[in-house]
Formats: sequence, structure tokens, C-alpha cells
Amino acid sequence: MKEIEWKGYARKDGSKGIRNVLLVVYLVECAHHVSSEIASGFKKNEVQVIGFGGCYPNSHADKVMRRLCTHTNVGGALLVSLGCESFNRFKLAKTIEGTGRPVSTLVIQEAGGTSKAIARGTEWVRSALQQLKNAPRVKMGVKDLVIGTICGGSDATSGISGNPAVGLTFDRLVEEKAITIFEETGEMIGFEDHIASRAKTQALGDELRKSIQKAARYYSIMGHASFAPGNADGGLSTIEEKSLGAYSKGGKSEIAGLLKPGDIPTQPGLYLLDVVPDGEPRFGFPNINDNAEISELMACGSHIILFVTGRGSVVGSPIAPVIKICSNPDTYERMEEDMDVNAGKVISGELNLKDISDEIISAIRSTAAGNKTASEALGHQEFVLLYKSFQPAGPSCLP
Amino acid sequence: MESSDKLILLDDMDNVLIARCDIKKGERILIENEEIEMKTDVKLGFKVAGKAIIPGEKIIKFRTPIGSATVPVEIGDVVHVHNMKSDYSPTYTIQNQNEYEGN
Repeated sequence: MKEIEWKGYARKDGSKGIRNVLLVVYLVECAHHVSSEIASGFKKNEVQVIGFGGCYPNSHADKVMRRLCTHTNVGGALLVSLGCESFNRFKLAKTIEGTGRPVSTLVIQEAGGTSKAIARGTEWVRSALQQLKNAPRVKMGVKDLVIGTICGGSDATSGISGNPAVGLTFDRLVEEKAITIFEETGEMIGFEDHIASRAKTQALGDELRKSIQKAARYYSIMGHASFAPGNADGGLSTIEEKSLGAYSKGGKSEIAGLLKPGDIPTQPGLYLLDVVPDGEPRFGFPNINDNAEISELMACGSHIILFVTGRGSVVGSPIAPVIKICSNPDTYERMEEDMDVNAGKVISGELNLKDISDEIISAIRSTAAGNKTASEALGHQEFVLLYKSFQPAGPSCLP
Repeated sequence: MESSDKLILLDDMDNVLIARCDIKKGERILIENEEIEMKTDVKLGFKVAGKAIIPGEKIIKFRTPIGSATVPVEIGDVVHVHNMKSDYSPTYTIQNQNEYEGN
């Protein structure tokens, strides 16, 4: 794996990206349509839309948005404001500008309404794309990558083929000095001691244990575990059974740190991302769907998301390519166009987990080198960012 | 117990096996050297009891308890939400969602 290298995009702070996306960012739902219209005039994948729908301020949304607009895979951003929302567009623009990326703010009320705003935004995007073409390229390898993982649309095969294959891949990536991130503390309830025992330090172990106890309490107040009806239709009988599979995605490495959304790790190793808000529940479920989790994995710097599905998820993302690993051979056959790797071959007995892990690594390499994943080729760019509240991670959380 | 062309045994400690493919009702499957006639269809990935399990007994998969039996389970029975439950939080399906929302 060591010899694997490709050309990435060099960012001014020394970081390296595998895509050079221009973002059109709506700062309130009222600016969503104008943003989509601006992006629709350009080729898919080149220009992507993200945004925050709420009109009330939220420091979590602020932080995630700052991280996403300066993500290594992002080359520049057009911020689209209605004009009266609470989002601090000045601060966001300044942050982006500070990284040397082209940025412009379009205020619909000042531009004179929908049509004029679309015309002005389109013009800016066209000129910014020219600038992005000159982005310097740089040699990049596995050690420069941040890889996140999530499972969604899980069934009883997820924990037998896809998730353990990702776990094995994570172990190999960590050996090669990459950064890997897993999450879903709501699916680790009951494993507190096991997870704590894997921590690099005892103090981190205590933090990991607390994050899972927090998830247990939060989900019990919500009256709902991290479990969807399709999970049961797919043969998962209990949250314990789902969790057993989900936990295996992280592999067996020592846990180097605990992240909150928007914390970007700098040292190689395996990290747990805590997506469950701190304090009393205020804004509802921790993550309402898979894309909300993908947004937070991206806010922690993930270049690529390894997404394991059994029932058959189709989603992608606007910033970090999603590699779909299908754990169920029947689902793969039915939905092949949406999948990148067929881990179902473990169930049918044709291949073993190491073989699938080899396929995942070659999919990572190919994606990093610029080839489109299935969801990218199909134009998927689902995105969700929600209200949440977090306390900063404690001093023992990061190496 | 051991794996076969139709069933996977994930760990020696387990009391359930995993269907490698869809299995039809009436098919005869070898479990523990005993030929068992399937009482229902079994879908790929679902659990099949590798031994008789009594109510309250833990269901063990990958050497890990994933819940408890709620009724007596016979060897060869599908093990799922109808005969086992979580030891943590109830399992949510389309059919029972109203009771979760207090309706």
C-alpha cells in the first residue's frame, strides 16, 4: 500500500485535497432556491450546494459550516444570504478568505431579488471556476488521507461482511499512518468498558466511556434507539445486534482520540466521533439520518466516507466522495449501479474479509486519484446540517 | 455446530446460525447432525436456532449476547422479534411505531 500515490490539490495551509469543489452555500432556507439555480448552470461534481436552513444562530452550525467551506476537498465558496437571517456571513467569509480560497457573498435582498441574484452568482461562479483550474497539484498518499465510516440501511449482513471488512481496512489504514474516524456512539451502548480499554490513555478511556453513557441517556430520553424499521425487516432483532455489527467498523486499533463535530485530528490513528449533543436534549434526535452523520464526518476533515449498507442506501455527499460497500449479495444484485464494492461475496462464501478489504483499499485509491464513485457518477449530493449544542472536547480527548 | 452451504456459524459459543441464502419452508437442513425441516421461510442474513433455547436465555451471536428469548425456541426456528427481545431498548417497527409516539 505504501507505494500508492496520486496527485491531489495543495492547499495553502499545507493540507491536501482529492477534489476541488466550488461550493454554493445558502445561509438560510430562504436562499436555497437561488443557490440551487446558480449551481444548476454548471457541471455536477464541480459545483455543489450545501447550506444551513435555520434562521436562528447556532454555534455548532457555524463551526461545521466553517470547516466544510475550508475542507481540503473544497476550492472556494459563494455564500448566498437572503439578507436578514442570523447566520454570521461576515465571519464565515473572513475565515474562508483567510485560507486563500476565493469567496464571495451574495445578498439576495441587496442584489435586487431572485433573478438578479442568480445572474450575479452565476457570473461569480464562472470566474471562480477559472481560478480553481489553476489550483496547484501535489503528490499525495495514504498517509495524507482522513477516512470516515458510517453504516446506513443496515441489515443482518452488515455486521458479518461489510462492517468487519471496513474494520480490517481501518486497521491497515492506521498502520499506514492515515487518520480514520468512526462514530455512532448510540450503537455502542453496552460496550463502554471494551471501548475504554482500547484508549491510548486512561483519561481518554474515561472520556470515551462518558460519551457512550451520554448517548445512552440521550437516546432513552428520546424514547428511541438508533434503530429503523428496515433494520428489523433485514433480520436485525435488537439494538444490541445492530450495535455488534456497527462497532466492528472501527477495527481493532488503539483509539487515539475523541472528537466533537468540527474537530480536525492532526495525528495519525483511529478516532471516535461523538455526535450526541451535550447537556439536556434541546433540538431533537442526535442525527436524523445518515447524511447528518456524513456532514459531521466531513467537518472533521474526512476526504472519503466508507458507507456500509445492507438494505441498499443510495446517498452521496457534496464534498467527500462516498464509497458504497454493499454487505448483502441480493441487494448488490438488485442495486449494483449504486454500489462500489460487493462485500456480499463473504456471505455467499466466494471471498473472505481480507479480499473485500483489498477491494475497499483499491476503491479508496481510485477515488482519491479522481475517479468517480457510484454515488458521484449518479449525481448524489444529499446534505443535512442541524441545530445542536456541544461543549468543547476535554484536554484528554486529543493526542 | 458448524457452518454449511446454507448456514454460517460465526462463533463456537453461538446458539444461532446465520442463513447464507434464502431458505424455503419445508427444506430439510442439517443442524448438529440432525435433519431439521424448516417451519417457515428463512431470509438471507436471518438467525436460525442451533439448539433449543428457553425463555429468558440469552441469544448469542459472534460470542456476544444480543437479547433474550421471550418464548421457547426449538432447534431450526427463525430467531427474530417474534421470539426474542432487546435487553436495552425495545425494537421499533412500522407496525408498532404509534405506541412509541404515545398515540
